[in-house]
Amino acid sequence: MSARLSNAQMAWRAAQDIADGAYVNLGIGLPEMVARFQPPGREAIFHTENGILGFGEAPPEGAEDWDLINAGKKAVTEKPGTAFFHHADSFAMVRGGHLDVAILGAYEVAETGDLANWSTGPKGVPAVGGAMDLVHGAKRVAVLTDHVTRDGKPKLVKRCSLPLTGVACVTRVYTSLAVVDIEGGRFILREKLPTLGVDELQARTGAELVLPDGIGDLVAPEL
Amino acid sequence: MDKTIESLSEAVAAIADGATVMIGGFGGSGAPIELVHALIDRFLATGSPTGLTVVNNNAGNGHVGLAALIEQGMVAKLVCSFPRSADPRVFTERYQRGEIELELVPQGTLAERIRAGGAGIPAFYTPTAYGTDLAVGKPTAEFDGRTYVQERWLKADVALVKAEAGDRLGNLVFRKAARNFGPLMCMAAARTIVQVSRIVEPGAIDPEHVVTPGIFVAGVVEVPDPAQEELLNRAGARYPEVAA
Repeated sequence: MSARLSNAQMAWRAAQDIADGAYVNLGIGLPEMVARFQPPGREAIFHTENGILGFGEAPPEGAEDWDLINAGKKAVTEKPGTAFFHHADSFAMVRGGHLDVAILGAYEVAETGDLANWSTGPKGVPAVGGAMDLVHGAKRVAVLTDHVTRDGKPKLVKRCSLPLTGVACVTRVYTSLAVVDIEGGRFILREKLPTLGVDELQARTGAELVLPDGIGDLVAPEL
Repeated sequence: MDKTIESLSEAVAAIADGATVMIGGFGGSGAPIELVHALIDRFLATGSPTGLTVVNNNAGNGHVGLAALIEQGMVAKLVCSFPRSADPRVFTERYQRGEIELELVPQGTLAERIRAGGAGIPAFYTPTAYGTDLAVGKPTAEFDGRTYVQERWLKADVALVKAEAGDRLGNLVFRKAARNFGPLMCMAAARTIVQVSRIVEPGAIDPEHVVTPGIFVAGVVEVPDPAQEELLNRAGARYPEVAA
């Protein structure tokens, strides 16, 4: 029995919450993987900041069209019904509240719903991309991330220590160990790995987990 | 009316030292590589233009296009949302040495500032960046119970844009996601120069399909088989080419 969900399993879990017909933006990196695990019978339309709605998966190597890329600058494909548009229209879709879900990565998420995912501090080159727009646009902003950093530090914290991407914007966090909702400035534990004790999970979390009645088992198929 | 320009060198001839230049593209997609390289050729021959402020989503990749422009030392300031790429060394090293100024702008705010510049809207309010480091010092206001950040329009002396086809009147169509910032930058510059893969007769572009109407375009130059930045970088290209 594994001690954590794999990246694919985390992405699979997030995909289960995407309704049929939803317009969805997936952040660069791990969140992009969510598109692979759409439940059968549901059709989500994926949006990318650089001006495509309804793109398909990556083409085979050698068949890339470099005018057809996603926000992570990876090659994607057209599908019947794909639409292209310029950047102002793209962010009108974002800021205008037309997206149903945005799933983003995170350095830190606070129990207040604050998100930090664009800057690791004054060293290095800051790069924000579309993250600050996305957190204020989509009807639902979720985060997909490991529960802890590589050094084992909590990523779910009381207050973010890194520069913020947005204030009070995240409502659900899918991690390698749990599914946590953010409501009223608190982390509410919804699901956890069945093999993991609540105390153990709390020890790896930087703020109090509120325990409602009926915490679900976080189980994903082998992927 | 004939907005066609015969050569790339003619297309970039009027760009002055210290100009603000919008360069289209999102990464390599839509990057007007040939126009940028023509600007570098002019600089190498004449020492001008230099001290440019460049507006682009990114900060270049590898050693071609925008990265090559920066590498030549022609860019004093960059306005962009995401100065990272597969190989961002040219920008990163200059930035860390304090040789180039960076104005970091959230991507949607960058797009809307450019659109506003083209549309004659000097400022607007957006929820983006409220409560973050990128809103520090900017006016805020509450509308219907939510706080928004005031952002200013962004205009340029020149825009260099890549499109798929254009006619002598400047009407344009773009190719796939290479459209990105192109139509906005066409609107926001005093003088917009567009490289197109094909110059077509007026009427060849269905009026229902014109993406950028010619009123926003000053000049169109044909580059029949434009380079793709991604492919140049995969081949390890540099501009100007280094003799083996």
